[in-house]
Amino acid sequence: MENHPVFIDNDPQSELSTLNLGPTHPATHGVFQNVLQMDGERIVSGVSTIGYIHRAFEKIAEHRPFYQITPLTDRLNYCSSPINNMGWHMTVEKLLNIQLPKRVDYLRIVVMELARIADHIVCNGVLGVDTGAFTGFLYMMEFREAIYEIYEEICGSRLTTNVGRIGGFERNFNDIFFRKVNKFLVDFPVALKEFENLFNRNRIFIDRTKGVAPVDPDVALGYSWTGPILRATGVDYDVRAMNPYSSYQDLDFEVPVGTRGDVYDRFLVRNEEMKQSMRMIDQCLKLIAKEDSTIFHADVPAYYLPPKEEVYNNMEALIYHFKIVMGEVDTPVGEVYHSVEGANGELGFYLVNDGGRSPYRLHFRRPSFINYQMYAPMSRGMLLSDAIINMSSLNIIAGELDA
Amino acid sequence: MSAITNETILNAINAKFGDTIIVEGEPYGLLTIETGREQVIDLLGFLKGHAVLKFGFLTDITAIHYPEREKPVGVIYHLHSLQNNVRIRVKVFMADGDVHIPSATVLWDGANWMERETYDFFGVDFTGHPDLRRILNVDDMTVFPMRREYPLEDPNRVDKKDYFFGR
Amino acid sequence: MSDIKIVDAPAGIEGSGFFATKLDEAVGLARSYSLWPLPFATSCCGIEFMATMASHYDLSRFGAERLSFSPRQADLLMVMGTISKKMGPVLRQVYLQMAEPRWVMAVGACASSGGIFDTYSVLQGIDEIIPVDVYVPGCPPRPEAIIDGFIQIQKLVQTETGRRRNSPEYQKLLASYGIQ
Repeated sequence: MENHPVFIDNDPQSELSTLNLGPTHPATHGVFQNVLQMDGERIVSGVSTIGYIHRAFEKIAEHRPFYQITPLTDRLNYCSSPINNMGWHMTVEKLLNIQLPKRVDYLRIVVMELARIADHIVCNGVLGVDTGAFTGFLYMMEFREAIYEIYEEICGSRLTTNVGRIGGFERNFNDIFFRKVNKFLVDFPVALKEFENLFNRNRIFIDRTKGVAPVDPDVALGYSWTGPILRATGVDYDVRAMNPYSSYQDLDFEVPVGTRGDVYDRFLVRNEEMKQSMRMIDQCLKLIAKEDSTIFHADVPAYYLPPKEEVYNNMEALIYHFKIVMGEVDTPVGEVYHSVEGANGELGFYLVNDGGRSPYRLHFRRPSFINYQMYAPMSRGMLLSDAIINMSSLNIIAGELDA
Repeated sequence: MSAITNETILNAINAKFGDTIIVEGEPYGLLTIETGREQVIDLLGFLKGHAVLKFGFLTDITAIHYPEREKPVGVIYHLHSLQNNVRIRVKVFMADGDVHIPSATVLWDGANWMERETYDFFGVDFTGHPDLRRILNVDDMTVFPMRREYPLEDPNRVDKKDYFFGR
Repeated sequence: MSDIKIVDAPAGIEGSGFFATKLDEAVGLARSYSLWPLPFATSCCGIEFMATMASHYDLSRFGAERLSFSPRQADLLMVMGTISKKMGPVLRQVYLQMAEPRWVMAVGACASSGGIFDTYSVLQGIDEIIPVDVYVPGCPPRPEAIIDGFIQIQKLVQTETGRRRNSPEYQKLLASYGIQ
């Protein structure tokens, strides 16, 4: 057990105490363990221990065919599963050189931006809970349920969506989906406005968050931070704007940035991102209306798993189904890195393929993992209560952290 | 769209490191070079500090294992130049039983956990790393599970034995 | 006006000014509607539990208003999410800290059987280290399924006899897990 971080304090005059925060502490929203050395309420130093839900994603991925890796990606950042699903599909499509129809791209953006909103709702809502304001959380959770109901229309699942296939979607989107999205676009801004009224100029909230855990942009970049927490420090790095994937280049949106990189800025950046996401969804719906409404996947029968009813009725579809499932389809040998803007940072997929049925190596660049490593160093000198708020504002998702 | 081409990058690197690097190609537009562990930190530092290239952002460090090759374990760095919006991939391969490489923590603080993860899964010894111990797996694990020879499933489990299925 | 329902009294003998019933049933009734769950949420299922507790599904309606994050006061351990081998001893420790009577609910495929993670690092079901009363299937289960599992627990609580925890069978069960 010499591996375990333990502070040995043999000095009888010492006034420092050791506090073990986690791994099942209710204030940490996940399985994070931090062994902190405390001077009263103030943290002197800390050591993070992670890996409490390590599930060996990368090892499993080496044993699964490409299309069976989608359910694994669901369970990375489970607050915004569709982004992970789409990111994985796009990685494989990049490997296979598949060009998608515009309508599929726009539909993907709609789903991904809904996922981003759902993720930010949880993060900002929980930040409110941690500062003692439960109301905002309950207001916003209603709309996360609304997003989950939208997911149900396209894939039947609420949280781990497993939505889409390599080459498009598994089925076309129905009218109820569009009706629900339109209703969401009308209702959600009202609730978001109310949420902002509760928090943005709330004296208690500002006192608890402003100036807490400020981060310098250079330090943040040195720690390879990405996502809203990096943008809160003032760096406008957003994968959607910088390396547009899935036709983000057709849309008009802004990348909100903060100035000080403290908890309050992160909160504001996330709120603003939700508004931008709604803008994007709105534009996409208009663009989708102009496209042929029957297209929901690319015409790549060798890679796109055909719908079940066609498999039963159509010889060609049966053959392709068999070939894809049995791994008879040749895939190009090569390596590809593709990244998408996940809800908490740059989610990258590094895929090395040897032409077989499953990846030779698949590495996930997980933003939670990389963002979290700064937590213990930045907690030094902080009050314990501030460190708790800092953790919830980093939006670390345990599944993604430990992979 | 990147502001500089892969050719520019390669010329800049060749001017300084010339014969110590091997160009693997540009799979999907991403320049991939291979180098040895003796100059990898110099190379990464050169890329980071270069006035034009500015590969200041360390995207990822990971490793790969090719058991049948002469040098089976490879460490892979992904760098990103945020100013020029271009990426580069640097690989270093090492022979079995001699898997150590200088740590990149001298250049980026963020390399710390990435290297710990790589050590945890592949057993790559990053010399000069401030705190190289297992990160995701249990502390008393003796193997490096992402190496190809280790199985996915727990070898000690009994619930999949044949006699449970009448075989 | 809200339509408030009060649970039926257990079977017993009633007369003017007195009501006689079995202690087990009266205690079971009281316990079942004021269970204090300890949410041991590690991953995806924990997010669904969050939805179960929040405004839309509202588990509080079933008498579980008060979550107990301290195992000492909790009656019901709800294990939600993957339990890895690194986490196993922690879970066992939490279970040991709970006072009798205690119930355990394994929510989701991972807690019940390891789920899709048939790997070297994941415990293949929490029943390898602690006894489980109710398993809730799903990956993750819908909030309705979690509520259904909770109602199953309530039924167990209502029908449990006062001496079950002292019975040789129960002692044997615990001994098979190496507890006590």
